[in-house]
Amino acid sequence: MTYSEIRAVALATLLSIAPEVEVDELRDDRTLRSQVDLDSMDWLNFLLGLHEKLKVEIPEADYAKLITLNDVVTYLQKKLGAA
Amino acid sequence: MDSSSIIRKTAADLRLTPNFADYAGERQAFSWDAVRSQLAGTPGGGINITAEAVERQAAGALRDKIAFRFLARGKPAREISFGELSVLASRFANVLDKLGIARGERIFILAGRIPELYIAMLGGLKRGVVVSPLFSAFGPEPIATRVNLGAGRLLVTTDFLYERKVAKWRDKMPTLEHVLLAAEDGGSTDIPGTLDLAGLMAAAGDTSEVAATGAEDMSLLHFTSGTTGTPKGAVHVHGAVVTHFATGRYALDLHADDIYWCTADPGWVTGTSYGIIAPLLHGVTSIIDSEEFDAERWYGLLQDEGVTVWYTAPTAVRMLMKAGAAIPQKYRFPQLRFIASVGEPLNPEAVRWGKEVLGLPIHDNWWQTETGGIMIANTPAFDIKPGSMGRPLPGIDAAIMRRHEDGTATLIKEPDVEGELALKRGWPSMFRAYLNNEERYRKCFAGEWYLTGDLAKRDADGYFWFVGRADDVIKSAGHLIGPFEVESALMEHPAVAEAGVIGKPDPVVGEVVKAFVSLKKGFAESEALRMELLGHARKRLGAAVAPKEIAFLPALPRTRSGKIMRRLLKARELGLPEGDTSTLEAGG
Repeated sequence: MTYSEIRAVALATLLSIAPEVEVDELRDDRTLRSQVDLDSMDWLNFLLGLHEKLKVEIPEADYAKLITLNDVVTYLQKKLGAA
Repeated sequence: MDSSSIIRKTAADLRLTPNFADYAGERQAFSWDAVRSQLAGTPGGGINITAEAVERQAAGALRDKIAFRFLARGKPAREISFGELSVLASRFANVLDKLGIARGERIFILAGRIPELYIAMLGGLKRGVVVSPLFSAFGPEPIATRVNLGAGRLLVTTDFLYERKVAKWRDKMPTLEHVLLAAEDGGSTDIPGTLDLAGLMAAAGDTSEVAATGAEDMSLLHFTSGTTGTPKGAVHVHGAVVTHFATGRYALDLHADDIYWCTADPGWVTGTSYGIIAPLLHGVTSIIDSEEFDAERWYGLLQDEGVTVWYTAPTAVRMLMKAGAAIPQKYRFPQLRFIASVGEPLNPEAVRWGKEVLGLPIHDNWWQTETGGIMIANTPAFDIKPGSMGRPLPGIDAAIMRRHEDGTATLIKEPDVEGELALKRGWPSMFRAYLNNEERYRKCFAGEWYLTGDLAKRDADGYFWFVGRADDVIKSAGHLIGPFEVESALMEHPAVAEAGVIGKPDPVVGEVVKAFVSLKKGFAESEALRMELLGHARKRLGAAVAPKEIAFLPALPRTRSGKIMRRLLKARELGLPEGDTSTLEAGG
């Protein structure tokens, strides 16, 4: 999958939890949670959703690396490439 | 309970001599006046929270000791000593002075756990201004509702939060004259209709007089949720600082050299009473992390910051448990000596998990916005019955009562009988009013007793056990959410005819908010509409308050008087017998 395909999946997953998000206004290089109002449960559901849609294991130890949208997409791309 | 599950304490479990070691003796000898005499007071015989928490330390041997150590990802730690905190609080007090905010007027703070929040609160209290902290995860509607109820004249927030949650709603808050912004990326701000906080602080003088507040003068305004109507503004007073001091000693066992971490956000009462005031009163260094929950980060902070006393919440503990056993194995916690938790009952597995993974059991305690401070607690020296909130602290008389229709209540003396948890009035941090709602306040009392709205039992050993809420208020991640506030926001959507909101049990956060809605004629159920309603609610209420689940129903069950029967919705959701509808009417 390309970067932009994975990005589209990530945004669709985000929208299923927080439908109010204006995706056009998101900045890929900024902390996702400072731009989108997500509580801890939303965040876990977001990561769980990505796991289900892409069949990628996201161990809890890696959560700290996933700060921006760019982090998330790059991480998933690497995982998908390695699989 | 099975006595084998009791966690027995021995001298070997205690690294320091606990402040509270003789339960009956300490309670017997205790007096609030004696505690108050250990504080400085103000020259006119009054008392002021900032004078005790900051000025008393800054004027003495602790002047250069670190009060707060602020941590944020990707940034160096920012340390503020008691002496610096005194200067910064004075500057903020002078900013308020310059803007014409007078004693007794109300200011609001909406921010994450950044230094400006702490400085504004302490500076406001120093000036005798009433401070109301708001949870930064609130959406625009809860923010505006609370600012309007409190007639806030000034708001301190950040540039990001202002643009996302306040700017478009500004005209709905007519009392709000000044908005002071901190720049989240540092530096200054330049947004029309607002003032740059950093610029104002830089221009303000370094000293200010402590306001001559009396023990009964209003200090903090904390909003909490009820079953019906608007949120309730619980009014607290400067005299509450006596309870904060006593409970910091008894319930948190604070000692001079502790490194303390309270994970609660100051937008809730725990994050203020115990995230700001109590550790300062004891001259203890606190770490404050501005980041959201992250298991790896949290274990790392406990280890690397050398945390000795940790005050957290059941939801966080359960999230750590869920993250698995592999992460904590990478860390060591030799400094940690006491862990306490508050927000909702801590399940026995979580109490024991603490012992296995962190080396210490977790000590649950109980209190609420209205009580202002910890009332009932498990503390270091005494045995823990896992699942129990512990026993009343010195100065606190707790009982189980039965409330009657005429507003009176009787004591239940026999052990193990369920009733409403009640506290004998007279402790200094008791709320003094619900702002502008005398009737609602009066209904909380029966004679000398404050009725808490929590159902509980007391066992033969004097330990209290939480049973549930007496009303429909939802407890999610330790925070109370009023179903009415959520229902009202959903009803604002043009497709919604009626809405009923319940707490659906959840293994991690206690309860999640679930909404049932019926649609107006001309609207049809669809996934797209469900998502639209979810987005609508989140935009108005914020992630912390909005429902996580929305279900459609053709019509909602109502009582004959027209009230939505939330308990019936809940019983159906849980697959429980629907019970006697007359009870439902009375309880709903």
